[in-house]
Amino acid sequence: MIRFLLKGLLRDRSRSLFPVLIVAAGVMLTVFLFAWMRGVEASLLRSTAHFSVGYVRVTTRAYVAEADQMPNDLALLGVDTLLAGLRRRFPDLRWTPRIGFGGLLDVPDARGETKAQAPVIGLGVDLLAPDSPEREVLRVGPSIVRGRVPARRGEAVISDALADRLGIRPGQTATLIGSTMYGGMALANFTVVGTVRFGVGAMDRGAIIADIHDVQTALDMETGAGEILGFFPDDLYHEARADSVTARFNARHRSGDRFAPVMGTLREASGLSDLLDYITMVLNALIAIFVAAMSIVLWNAGLMGSLRRYGEIGVRLAVGEDHGHIYRAMLAEALAIGLAGSVLGTAVGLAFAYWLQVHGFDMRPFIKDSTMIIDDMMRARVTLGAALIGFLPGLAATLLGTGISGIGIYRRQTSQLFKELEA
Amino acid sequence: MKRLWWMLLAARAGALAAQTPSGDEVLQRVDRNMFAESRIVVSQMIVHGRRETRTIESRSWQRGTADAFTEYLAPARERGTKMLKLGDDLWTYSPSTDRTIMISGSMLRQSVMGSDLSYEDMMEDPRLEHSYSATVSGTEAVDGRSCLVLDLTAKVEGLAYHTRRLWVDGERFVPLREDLYARSGRLLKTIRLNDVRSVEGRWVPMHALYRDVLKDGEGTEFVITSVGFDAAIPDYLFSKAALRR
Repeated sequence: MIRFLLKGLLRDRSRSLFPVLIVAAGVMLTVFLFAWMRGVEASLLRSTAHFSVGYVRVTTRAYVAEADQMPNDLALLGVDTLLAGLRRRFPDLRWTPRIGFGGLLDVPDARGETKAQAPVIGLGVDLLAPDSPEREVLRVGPSIVRGRVPARRGEAVISDALADRLGIRPGQTATLIGSTMYGGMALANFTVVGTVRFGVGAMDRGAIIADIHDVQTALDMETGAGEILGFFPDDLYHEARADSVTARFNARHRSGDRFAPVMGTLREASGLSDLLDYITMVLNALIAIFVAAMSIVLWNAGLMGSLRRYGEIGVRLAVGEDHGHIYRAMLAEALAIGLAGSVLGTAVGLAFAYWLQVHGFDMRPFIKDSTMIIDDMMRARVTLGAALIGFLPGLAATLLGTGISGIGIYRRQTSQLFKELEA
Repeated sequence: MKRLWWMLLAARAGALAAQTPSGDEVLQRVDRNMFAESRIVVSQMIVHGRRETRTIESRSWQRGTADAFTEYLAPARERGTKMLKLGDDLWTYSPSTDRTIMISGSMLRQSVMGSDLSYEDMMEDPRLEHSYSATVSGTEAVDGRSCLVLDLTAKVEGLAYHTRRLWVDGERFVPLREDLYARSGRLLKTIRLNDVRSVEGRWVPMHALYRDVLKDGEGTEFVITSVGFDAAIPDYLFSKAALRR
């Protein structure tokens, strides 16, 4: 029976090729869009974790409310003790302190007078400790454009674009002008040993990265850090685990003191919660729209096929074939078409998505002024979910379309068949 | 009889108006009392931050109203930091970096040593009569002293505070209270001045409390430890070379 149906489908291209192509196109689009959106979401989460809030973040309660302004006067103090506690209680995460700050980078001329000056976003990170995750997390080494990674105190790297703007080369000294933890003016000299390009517009426009101990000294916060970040070893955001760690930590630090530590997850701390919910909603809507649209198209295709096969169905009923049997045969045909279309569409969609995952799409012209922490290269993410997300709706839409259009078979009256055939 | 009563009332009102100086006259007398050819001040700035209180000591040499040289004496981290103001230009020198940095643009809006004062405040022409026109809007008691309430409006462009309200001791011509407003009418800072003492024939408020109302915290106290007027100050102090000495 199956062979009979397949032969019919292969010999009559109008019954197979058009529907298969429609299903394949729809599935391909769904798979590709799903993989692309998952890629954007993953990139957003990873970049935000790496350059901003980690997968979980510990700050003071007071700091959280003004975190966007990097209020170092509200920073954590006694960070070494807090870090030791976190490493002991939550060894599954990699913990590291950070200080974010803003300021100006001033380049002197031969007489020590200001030659060039530009605003910078700064990060004080643990660059020198051998067990620090920062070099890996921030990809400082692979991001070097000129020079090298800081190897000792007093050294820093700056964005390559900033170095060009200031006319500074690796090996030269620049002065950071910022604010101390107590609001006074902070001045500190750094030897710029390298320039970096992270591929994140917000960082590449004007960033300075130095060892956290130098930044602590410069900003008069010897035992302090704005935040302590936690990273999962596989560098993926595990929301349930992050929630669990956060709940356990906060249960133990319930003090009402505004300078007491408090932990937040990436979703809470980054302000991305609404955006992530929106992405999930769009993906669900995408699938629903695909199934509905495909069903309507295939229903229409089924109706046209039924009209074209009006005579064939009439003869089959006239020779005694049961209504239900014909209906089931048409559903089986639809299943075969849906299967073929879904396999083809999934394969092509995954191929496009994989290409975008490997090569990426350069978004720099579109996000050059963006302050969002997101990769310049937009990449898709090929997952098992992306493969299934088009395949199953592809099958469902074909069956639904044929199922609706095939109901017409039951309306054919056997008594009228010969009259219809004669006509 | 009624006519006589009205004449007496009019004569009394005229006498009162003649006694109350105009706003601009009050400003002139305030400036005359407060400013000298030169001034040497040793002071403490007590900054009540959101987290802790810090005391910063400094010595300033001021020449006229345009030039000033300040050396920070304590705490240890700030010791040796110097500031030089020459007219409209301001530089700071930090011994730890051995750099002299010109403070300009948005940096002027930064706080001085974490206090409630900004560098912009330091750059102001201290003679209010140069920058503001004043009207007397009434009288009010401040700390038990009868004060004239002056409403000041900027008469030059580019000032940090477009309007000010000043409570000036009507006898000593020393401001005891000041509210500073933006052009929009928003209150930005308040200043309370007290512990007024006579020094070398001038009335000097030895203690001031500055509050930036847009910031948290208890404000910044400015305490004058010693002050001397019209002393000779060597010219070399008002040069960039002096910053590195």
